[in-house]
Amino acid sequence: MMDSDLSPQDKKDLDKFIKFFALKTVQVIVQARLGEKVCTRSLSSPTGSDWFNLAIKDIPEVTHEAKKALSGQLPGIGRSMCVEISLKTSEGDSMELETWCLEMNEKCDKDIKVSYTVYNRLSLLLKSLLAITRVTPAYKLSRKQGHDYVILYRIYFGEVQLTGLGEGFQTVRVGVVGTPIGTITLSCAYRTNLAFMSTRQFERTAPIMGIIIDHFVERPFGNMGHMRPCNYRAPGEDEGAYNGVEDSQEVCTTSFSTSPPSQLYCSRLSYQPPVLVGAADFCHPSTLNAANPHQVTTQMGIPGKEGGIPQQVPVQPCHGAQAEHGRVSSCPPADHVPATPSSSGEGAETLSRSIEVKGVSPCDVLETTFTRKVGAFVNKPGTQVTTASLDLPFAAFAPRAYDLEENDPMVQPPESPATSSPLQGSLHSQGSGESGGPAQDDFVMVDFKPAFSKDDLLPMDLGTFYREFQNPPQLASLTIDVSSQSMAEDLDSLPEKLAVYEKNIDEFDAFVDTLQ
Amino acid sequence: MNCRSEALEVSVEGRQVDEAMLALLHTILLHRSTGKFHYKKEGTYSIGTVGTQDIDCDFIDFSFVRVSSDELDRAIRKAVGEFKDAMGNGMDGMGQISLEFYQKKKSRWPFSDECIPWEVWSIKVNVVNLANEQERQICREKVGEKLGEKVINIVEVINRHEYLPKMPTQSEVDNVFDTSLKDVQPYLYKITFQITDTLGTSVSTTMRRLIKDTLAL
Repeated sequence: MMDSDLSPQDKKDLDKFIKFFALKTVQVIVQARLGEKVCTRSLSSPTGSDWFNLAIKDIPEVTHEAKKALSGQLPGIGRSMCVEISLKTSEGDSMELETWCLEMNEKCDKDIKVSYTVYNRLSLLLKSLLAITRVTPAYKLSRKQGHDYVILYRIYFGEVQLTGLGEGFQTVRVGVVGTPIGTITLSCAYRTNLAFMSTRQFERTAPIMGIIIDHFVERPFGNMGHMRPCNYRAPGEDEGAYNGVEDSQEVCTTSFSTSPPSQLYCSRLSYQPPVLVGAADFCHPSTLNAANPHQVTTQMGIPGKEGGIPQQVPVQPCHGAQAEHGRVSSCPPADHVPATPSSSGEGAETLSRSIEVKGVSPCDVLETTFTRKVGAFVNKPGTQVTTASLDLPFAAFAPRAYDLEENDPMVQPPESPATSSPLQGSLHSQGSGESGGPAQDDFVMVDFKPAFSKDDLLPMDLGTFYREFQNPPQLASLTIDVSSQSMAEDLDSLPEKLAVYEKNIDEFDAFVDTLQ
Repeated sequence: MNCRSEALEVSVEGRQVDEAMLALLHTILLHRSTGKFHYKKEGTYSIGTVGTQDIDCDFIDFSFVRVSSDELDRAIRKAVGEFKDAMGNGMDGMGQISLEFYQKKKSRWPFSDECIPWEVWSIKVNVVNLANEQERQICREKVGEKLGEKVINIVEVINRHEYLPKMPTQSEVDNVFDTSLKDVQPYLYKITFQITDTLGTSVSTTMRRLIKDTLAL
């Protein structure tokens, strides 16, 4: 057998390399889909914890998910590790975008040196992965996630499943590394057919025939599957149950020598703490896959002005299978999440960044439904840029994102007065008793009880006043229809107006003189 | 030893030249840089850590990853800046920028060290002028896609795992790697360029370099 040619030390090293390569691969892929730019520092002196001599941070939740999927096994021949990236819209539609596959085939390279050549080539392969993850179409989509859709990931082990990518998916090979027990290959299959995005999301017509219909089936929690959001951030200081120090036995090889490694494996490298804006404005619905309490999935709420009302329903107990995470604790309500001012200069985008889910362990069985007002997903009236003429793979989608920015209430606030927003948010969370049910687009009537200025004597109190003037009608001159119709009339009436002004020119001159 | 030679070609608008070149050169250097070597007793060494960062282009719909090293970035930008200046502004033109990885071979006095290239990347650049904003917008996206394809090509070549210089001993490390940077250690490289003017004649720095090399011998 192939293994007998390998010394026990080499076999042990190789298994360790493959294991950590798989974990780092998952980290690189998920971090590339977080929607933010990644930046790590070069260190001239090795710390002993940077596998493959690359500074790749370890997000604990991602490592946990990867280890769970691997369940103590290693990628091998016939046992592939796959990371599936998908997109889920605010309406609940989801679509697989790409699947990254770490596979092994039977072609062995017996002569290769494990501790040196294989290690360096795995490092090179990770660098290639860093480069390629920015090049596939899902990267641009992930950078724009937040308001209307989120990017989710799922790790699975076993056979590669590519059927969810639609017809005509493309494959790009990241690279291969030969080892004495087989050749490791890393590749990505990505969807090219995003047609449903342009029809389903914006025109709300029936899905195009040929698209996999089950993407649109609204199974309760079912269409989440085992998806995790790519923009999830665990609290920076909270070790939780994912303490990486359990791998303290595993020291990464930064020294190509017989001398012992300099340092034990460190559990984590620090990464950015979550950034929040305005507790009262922010809502974060969490839906839980009832079949598997570990699958806490967090979606982006709609921050800011249109508000939102997180609802909390009673906590359900954990299933017995996850006995080691036996504690059941409830997620704190949204309005207790501390307000952290946004520190980034990226403006509107930052508002939809990370969520801090305090103290959520995998067994926090919490169901929060999310109700929001219409505003964020209003169909843009009038012209829509047709991009069929542009020869781009995601042409149908790209200008939509641009359109969405115009519709984005964060960029262009709605007519209601801006100062009402924090007040509105907190008042809504106080008076949010009645509304419930699943996420809807319809305007939800909430009994508005202002905390002050309520005068029983007068027929009009602050609340009534506020309600009446919250959505004043558009100014006539700003209405599109009126303006397009009257444009011609305006032009026609110009000569008459000019004649009148010329006639009264003496009056105007006298007026100007009084000003001087 | 045969030198491996790879050619890439891109067509860009004038203001995209810098970013397109940076994107491709940094992608190559990402793969051709390691952490700093620290030699210990008994001829063993440990390797420092290479950090990476995402860079978004302003004039192209494209993002790329480069090594986190300001020194390296400055050196590449300087070379690209010189190339851009040589290409001129606002004119259609063609040029070629080459990134060459080499090893130094010590020679006896009075001969100077030989530079033996083992991998050369030649990026041909075709500069176009566009008439209006709509064309520029389309160009932004198209060039972004093209650069993506080039990155895939680069990765494909790199992952063939063909010749790489042997890891050197401490005394030889400067013959293989550029050890002048404080945070990373790329293989020894040099960037040269040549410009073809619109008439197609070659006004090149290559000639100058040839003469210089001949005289140096």
